[in-house]
Amino acid sequence: MSSAGHLKDDPAAALLRGYRPPPGVADELLRPDGSVRPVWQPLIDLLAGQGAEDLSQRFARGDQHLHDAGVYYRQHTSSGSTVRDWPLSHIPVMIADDEWQRLSEGLVQRADLLEQVMADLYGPARLVSQGLLPPELVARNREWLRPVVGIRPRSDHFLHFVAFEVGRSPDGSWLVLGDRTQAPSGSGFALENRMATARVFPDLFPAANIRRLAGFFRAYRDAMNALRGDAGRVAILTPGQHSDTYFEHAYIARYLGFLLLECEDLKVERGKLTVRTIDGPQPVSVLWRRLDSRFADPLELDETSALGTPGMVAALRARELTMLNCLGSGVLEARALMAFLPRICERLTGEGLKIPNIATWWCGQAAERAYVYDNLQRMMIGRALSTDLPFEVDASTALGGDFRGTAQKPIGDWLETDGAKLVGQEAATLSTTPAMIDGELVPRPMLIRVFAARTPDGWVVMPGGYARIGRTEDPTALAMKNGGSVADVWVVSDDPVTPDSLASRQEGPFARRLPGVLPSRAADNLYWLGRYVERAEARVRELRAYHLRLEEVGHREMPVLAHLERYLDGFDIDPDEPVPAAILELFEAAQGCAGKVRDRFSTDGWHALNDLAFTARGMYNRVRPGDEAARKMTELLRRLAGFAGLVHDNMFRFSGWRFLTMGRALERADQMLTLLAAFADPEAPPGSFDVAVEVGDSVMTHRRRYPMATSCCTIVDLLALDAGNPRSVLFQLDVLREQEAMLTTVKEGGPMSDLARRILLLHTALSVAAPEDLTPARLLALQKDLREVSDTLTARYLS
Amino acid sequence: MATDYDIRLEIAYRYETPAGSSRTLLRMLPLTSAEQTLISGFVDTDPEPDFRRDSADFFGNATTELAHDRPLTEIAFRFAGRVRRLGGAPGLDLSTDLARLHGDIAEVVGIGPDAPHHFLGESERIRHESRIAAFAAELVQPDMSALSATCAISHAVHSRFEFDPEATEVTTLPIEAFEARRGVCQDISHVTIAALRAVGIPAGYVSGFLRTTPPPGQPRLEGADAMHAWVRAWCGAETGWVEIDPTNDIVVGADHIAVAIGRDYADVAPVRGSLRTEGTHTTVHRVDVIPCNDPVG
Repeated sequence: MSSAGHLKDDPAAALLRGYRPPPGVADELLRPDGSVRPVWQPLIDLLAGQGAEDLSQRFARGDQHLHDAGVYYRQHTSSGSTVRDWPLSHIPVMIADDEWQRLSEGLVQRADLLEQVMADLYGPARLVSQGLLPPELVARNREWLRPVVGIRPRSDHFLHFVAFEVGRSPDGSWLVLGDRTQAPSGSGFALENRMATARVFPDLFPAANIRRLAGFFRAYRDAMNALRGDAGRVAILTPGQHSDTYFEHAYIARYLGFLLLECEDLKVERGKLTVRTIDGPQPVSVLWRRLDSRFADPLELDETSALGTPGMVAALRARELTMLNCLGSGVLEARALMAFLPRICERLTGEGLKIPNIATWWCGQAAERAYVYDNLQRMMIGRALSTDLPFEVDASTALGGDFRGTAQKPIGDWLETDGAKLVGQEAATLSTTPAMIDGELVPRPMLIRVFAARTPDGWVVMPGGYARIGRTEDPTALAMKNGGSVADVWVVSDDPVTPDSLASRQEGPFARRLPGVLPSRAADNLYWLGRYVERAEARVRELRAYHLRLEEVGHREMPVLAHLERYLDGFDIDPDEPVPAAILELFEAAQGCAGKVRDRFSTDGWHALNDLAFTARGMYNRVRPGDEAARKMTELLRRLAGFAGLVHDNMFRFSGWRFLTMGRALERADQMLTLLAAFADPEAPPGSFDVAVEVGDSVMTHRRRYPMATSCCTIVDLLALDAGNPRSVLFQLDVLREQEAMLTTVKEGGPMSDLARRILLLHTALSVAAPEDLTPARLLALQKDLREVSDTLTARYLS
Repeated sequence: MATDYDIRLEIAYRYETPAGSSRTLLRMLPLTSAEQTLISGFVDTDPEPDFRRDSADFFGNATTELAHDRPLTEIAFRFAGRVRRLGGAPGLDLSTDLARLHGDIAEVVGIGPDAPHHFLGESERIRHESRIAAFAAELVQPDMSALSATCAISHAVHSRFEFDPEATEVTTLPIEAFEARRGVCQDISHVTIAALRAVGIPAGYVSGFLRTTPPPGQPRLEGADAMHAWVRAWCGAETGWVEIDPTNDIVVGADHIAVAIGRDYADVAPVRGSLRTEGTHTTVHRVDVIPCNDPVG
């Protein structure tokens, strides 16, 4: 494209030459006369000056950021769910600030209106008795939760954080396509899109007067903190790592500095909500709920929910807890509500909606039903109480008079018999915005999710949003259903914008925040993460010893090989599988634990662990026994050492780290005792002592330390009793003692905890033992005591 | 004419391994309504709870919320009290024709607990089932009164089922029981409700008691040795709610004492709990309903 001489004169024109919005739609970039809107000009100028190579380098920078940050989303398909890369469209949507202000005003009006509607539906229900809302649309709405009726929220408000799906009509005006009030997601993804896009345009972003997002989050965070009251913490409630948006929950929790909890962390005690922590139950008074209401309490809501906390509704009722949003807020998401909101707005506020919502007709009314039938060609017909957005089409949705599914009755009959269950919604046409596809700037339809948060000063709207970009040029809202990509939204001010961060603007003397609490479940996952990784390392070392010997001897008849085979068989490992499934399972178990504490585990550590598991999987079924297997085990050990290094050198010594460390120490001691019981046995076949020293990673030390060949005594001395050897059992007990002491705050002269006592007993037993005392039977007895230490620790802190 | 009953209910659990802390929601206290009055009575537990709060739910049922913080191997929930039950002879059938029932429903503009709107759609335990709907559709005509349609459906469900306490569990789905043609009052009531809703009659679930031994000369009713369940149906603006007992194929009368009403079992379960326990548990469920005087008045 750069070869044509005249294009060099006006690169912007060249860039836009192929950009042709479809007829009859609004375009974000171009005015109807084809000229570029002023807010886009700097971006277009910059893009026009880039070669294809420059551009792909820019985009790669953004993608790298997303990859490093671990941003993913979970896609559910018929064959299960998979984790997918984040589909960033690198070109942001540009919107002028004055226009954004008008949009925001309309959305604030709508947020206030929704609050009033919810308060009414869970209170006097006057909207129903005055005929503004048909009773069955409330009574048959699964999200209208009867146990919530009569609850007066502790904060005096039902809604605190809402989102709106907005699009632009062909005439350029904004249109609300859906209200998200249940537990809106996307604000954290919007932040990530911002960080990635700012990296794509580092030369443009800082000076382009783009309004920053941090102020919005700061305002909401401060508002949540203000709701805490005298005691109690703020926490974010997530359904857990298997939810589509868990990444966002963990990300926002880290970003805002709030606890990330699952229902099983929580307990209602004497009417108050508490979180189980390693320091006992701690009060929680504010919960930002990212879990659908119906699952929140199996006692009063969905009885089959495994995700809920019994008594949650009672805590709300007793005004001991502020939930953002209050349970039951999903009732406002029903499509059919859109048919009545315009009139409700007029009746409640005396004025019309500043921004209309998508035209909606409830087919339970004869006139509306007839209208829908007469205008089938421009209608989407779907379930009235569905909370799906209009473009989320399922098999029971008719579009333009055609059924999406098959074998359905004619639409006329359908409307007649099932009218009360159906709505017609106008098939909206969206505006287009530029996307860079195969090096060309092309128009694609877009929708923006805009977020609003309640603060003591009223609603604030995030100046930006989460834009979705259609995959094809089809400008009907329907096109959004097939995925596509996402983009940042830049609200461009006329005036310079100062960079902002989350830190409070308040000035004051230097202060440190108190350390946070560690939920027991998180501690448990960190403890087991440590144990699984260490256990995997033991297996890898044993396998390496096996394959090295196999390579040396060339056959399996040697007694020590048979001894090793029996030993590995005890762990379900068949040496014929050079990288056994049991090892992969250990890595997966470790990943599972880490995945549950993403908010407390560094991104680097997460990557290292994933890398380890990925490497091991890649070796599965591909490696030959003997030399190759031994070399692969060495590679895994190097990666394990890398992970351990990250944990040791880069993790802050908060209490979570202590549990990870105790898990590793305890497992290492346990593995060593097992190993010594089998290989430091006078009855064991020749060569066993050397195996123990090798698996215990102490060959060099042994050589330096003892002027003799390996014997029962030397290896027990070195691997069990030598406090200077980081592989020895006694060393692990030192670690356990030290960490246990840091966890507990025992009063001077107070009684020793059961856990501390058990650790000390074991420590003493090893400290005074002579090598010859530690027969295999004695080693196994010590192991039993060690396992009781683990049980005691679990009972004390982790359950 | 009224009858006073002395009522005792005990539901007890025994756990093989001690259950951790537990939270329980009880609906065991009989309703007070136009047909019955709770004269005296209370709900208690053994052992005593660490936390208790008494309240009422959306439908007006008395609830008792309990927490036990200690691990338990045994727990018993009890009600003991006296209820006065009024018994009126059923009057003339003034209920709305089925064809016009929808109009009556639409004229109720409200979502108070008695409004028929709650009882037409799907509920937690009762989903729309086309086979039950087809079964019901064959039993009614548009010109039938809602009450006669209700009785016809109740009778047909009764005939279809063999009372069999071994056939189903508390979690059995209505469609499963419908296909198996066996079950207890809970299953029979759920299927009746599903069938009534399918033909447009708002229908709900009632939990309660039956007198333990019948009046002289009358047969013993099924379901008297445990808590019983029956059905309420909304038969138009004039008639309102009517209660029928499909398990015994009768209109509910002075032998029935209601405890809780709701859309299905999930709304009225006498014990809803959350015990974190491993291992099995056994349940004891005992009811005594004894008339304590001759009919008064």
